[in-house]
Amino acid sequence: MKLITAIIKPFKIDDVRDSLSGIGIQGMTVTEVKGFGRQKGHTELYRGAEYNVDFMPKIKIEVAVSDAILDQTLEVITESANNGKVGDGKIFVTELNQVIRIRTGETGEEAI
Amino acid sequence: MENQIFELQYALDTFYFLICGAFVMWMAAGFAMLEAGLVRSKNTTEILTKNVALYAVACTMYMICGYSIMYGGGEFSAFLSGIVADGVAGAEEPATYAPSADFFFQVVFVATAMSIVSGAVAERMKLWAFLAFAVVMTGFIYPMEGAWTWGGQAVFGMYTLGDLGFSDFAGSGIVHMAGAAAALAGVILLGARDGKYTSDGKPKAIPGANLPLATLGTFILWLGWFGFNGGSVLATASVESANSVAVVFMNTNAAAAGGLIAALVVARILFGKADLTMALNGALAGLVAITAEPSTPTPALATLFGAAGGVLVVFSILTLDKMKIDDPVGAISVHGVVGLLGLLLVPVTNGENASFSGQLIGAATIFVWVFVTSFIVWFALKTIMGIRVSPEEEFEGVDMSECGMEAYPEFTN
Repeated sequence: MKLITAIIKPFKIDDVRDSLSGIGIQGMTVTEVKGFGRQKGHTELYRGAEYNVDFMPKIKIEVAVSDAILDQTLEVITESANNGKVGDGKIFVTELNQVIRIRTGETGEEAI
Repeated sequence: MENQIFELQYALDTFYFLICGAFVMWMAAGFAMLEAGLVRSKNTTEILTKNVALYAVACTMYMICGYSIMYGGGEFSAFLSGIVADGVAGAEEPATYAPSADFFFQVVFVATAMSIVSGAVAERMKLWAFLAFAVVMTGFIYPMEGAWTWGGQAVFGMYTLGDLGFSDFAGSGIVHMAGAAAALAGVILLGARDGKYTSDGKPKAIPGANLPLATLGTFILWLGWFGFNGGSVLATASVESANSVAVVFMNTNAAAAGGLIAALVVARILFGKADLTMALNGALAGLVAITAEPSTPTPALATLFGAAGGVLVVFSILTLDKMKIDDPVGAISVHGVVGLLGLLLVPVTNGENASFSGQLIGAATIFVWVFVTSFIVWFALKTIMGIRVSPEEEFEGVDMSECGMEAYPEFTN
């Protein structure tokens, strides 16, 4: 099992959600986050004085998947979140030791 | 029949005066919202406290001694003891409105002057030092210059501004520039907010927390200004005065519109984007610019005067920023710099009652008096109790250090 953490541009969230649903992913967690990568920040003017926007708003999606559908999931996220521009985001994949469904106590891939 | 008509006129003028006064009172809400919108959220409760408290202090001090200093004609009577209920029976020259209505209309003006100060010193001044200053400003400093202008008294027995050709219809100088002069003295002694300037002295932006509130505040001030200028005609129950009131309303509105458009366009040209806060300051600048004489310009001229205020205010804000005079809401530029412009525009359309030299002497008298006395009072407060919160309190926000409560509490139990 793997935990996929994808940081994407906020305006792409509906596309990513729809395409993940399309391949049968049944749940995900979404967080509004801020950060920067190669896109860096930018400066704005307020009453003629500059201020820096160092951290850009992004959306963080967390999805737990079985090893079998990992590649397909990554492909779908990469495709649907791609805007062809710097700042489109990143996907991190980490090993997932255990998953438990709280209601039934099911564990492992059953609980995903 | 004649007596009945007089009574009707008395009733109508009094009613008009009171309604206009209530409109000007509502400007206190406008200042409160404008300032609450342009400070950071950690300083919201405190700026609101300052605004409601200064209004109450102004009303009380003006009742105790301010009104008598300003309009007592040299005779002092505390607690409005000279005011009689009936303006016809009590006065030597029968008034056309109730004397207490006159007090009510005047008292909301001193509150306006004081409201100007609170925005300029926002986010770093101690609450109680500010309120102590409000006591002196509304009970003494403002009434003194008011006595020399609207009160018709000689300046320390030396010269009389009215005779020199000074005219200020509703108070571009007497109310607005006076408030700004007191604010300037305070800001100079107080210093800029932490983080306003980089180590090499470059001004940095500290964006306001709530632009919907700032916009609402501007609209409230715009509305209240109809009472401010319209009420300053002092009568409405005759064809002549009703016409004058209508012209004043029309011109006041036109000037605000001209000021907003001018500031919006200038900001767009200078900064590349539409800066809402500059547009809001532009509307207020237009209103301040027309306040000294809203009854004689044509509507087109009023729009131009307002636009001149709108252009001036943007450059003034940028210049004061560079001079390290940190004014979070632009009050010194809107009310002070444009207030002076308003005074100097009076002779353009009303050469009979005002001259450039008279306006300059009047402006200098008001500014020097208010600035110097305010500086002394602020300095005394600084020495006695301190006027600025500690750097740590400033970082945490004065809501917690001065009021002990946040405007938008979360995670409290």
